[in-house]
Amino acid sequence: MLAKRIIPCLDVRDGQVVKGVRFREHRVVGDIIELAQRYQQAGADELVFYDITASTQARTADPAWISAIARVIDIPFCVAGGIRDIESARTILHAGADKISINSPALENPDLISALARTFGQQCVVVGIDSHQTDNDYYVHQYTGDESTQRATARRTFDWVKEVESLGAGEIVLNCMNQDGVREGYDIAQLHAVRQQTSLPLIASGGAGSQDHFAQVFTQADVDGALAASVFHSGELPISDLKQFLAEQNIEVRQ
Amino acid sequence: MIAIVDSGGANITSIRFAFERLGVETALTACPKVIQQASHVILPGVGAAQDAMVRLEQHGLCDTLRSLTQPVLGICLGMQLLYDYSEEGDTACLGILPGRIKALPAQPGITVPHMGWNTLQQQQGSPLLKGIADNRYVYFVHGFIAPVTEHSCATSHHGQTFTAITQKDNFFGAQFHPERSGAAGAQILKNFYEAC
Repeated sequence: MLAKRIIPCLDVRDGQVVKGVRFREHRVVGDIIELAQRYQQAGADELVFYDITASTQARTADPAWISAIARVIDIPFCVAGGIRDIESARTILHAGADKISINSPALENPDLISALARTFGQQCVVVGIDSHQTDNDYYVHQYTGDESTQRATARRTFDWVKEVESLGAGEIVLNCMNQDGVREGYDIAQLHAVRQQTSLPLIASGGAGSQDHFAQVFTQADVDGALAASVFHSGELPISDLKQFLAEQNIEVRQ
Repeated sequence: MIAIVDSGGANITSIRFAFERLGVETALTACPKVIQQASHVILPGVGAAQDAMVRLEQHGLCDTLRSLTQPVLGICLGMQLLYDYSEEGDTACLGILPGRIKALPAQPGITVPHMGWNTLQQQQGSPLLKGIADNRYVYFVHGFIAPVTEHSCATSHHGQTFTAITQKDNFFGAQFHPERSGAAGAQILKNFYEAC
């Protein structure tokens, strides 16, 4: 049976892993390679590296650190940040990343999703969606890597989810911005609603603070994976303990 | 020396690094002569079946691959290319293994592509599975599946049962990515190099 995935997300700035609250106040938490190896040994199922400045500064993540990671780890990893065309995607995939995740550039040019899927295969095209609850609906936000540039779009999250699936995305990471960084639990209602909109693998992001939050998102929203950062970086929730806990709740995990 | 067939796929780097971690030398090549002279051959592949077959034909590699007598391992799409035919793009493949590759249908609770860690159910002995316990997790990423046949050494299940490891004579295939499948995947690659 397909296991539920536990995915640490490492925000990268200038070759170091950083973490902020609600995309603000970034502080350095460690070296990329050391953290990648530590998470692999702890039982992470996959890693996501998000170059938080590449997107807003219109440049692509540096292939040097991507290759350095690919050389030492033997679990899959995804790189996000600043991928805006076939060539920048090729650079990252050739450096050794297994998947690329696109967010703001897909909103600027939705055809980029189908072009990437045609060129590299659907399986390596992840679409990240920053979604914010406003009134009684969910809307997609753009350029969220920098507080000064981030803005709401007119796109409803549900519409965008269906569109990216029809364009050939292979996976969706839904970052629920109202919950991000506050560690009060994943946005179960939103994730459950989005789960009904797509048959693509769906990864929950934003809000993890305890092992119960992971159990809830898997059992109540039926997501394929749960992504988190600070709860892992701080060391307070070791992945091996988390997986043991989830297995005890009869949630399929790789141990 | 292992020849990794340069089929233009993007997962070649991680395969090369996986063998580097095992201390095994690889060469990335589209040259029929280099491939013929290698002790082992890897046929990787990410992307669509039709594009991959077109690229193999352009390099004049289809007959080269069919005629190889040393161990050959197709990985992911590379495994699917070993079969007769793929529904993906209505593509005639290499015809080394009998059978047709079909789309994996999405169903309630069954997401497509099949992406993530799933278990291998061993069906018959294979040198690739030496030292691998039954039901080990490996990493899959695919939307098309190979049928279960007499050549299936291990299967996996996602909505339906499909071939995860196949073998016919000197030709082997892995639907998952051993280069990204932790210790189990590293063992499978080591087995390919040492036991096949």
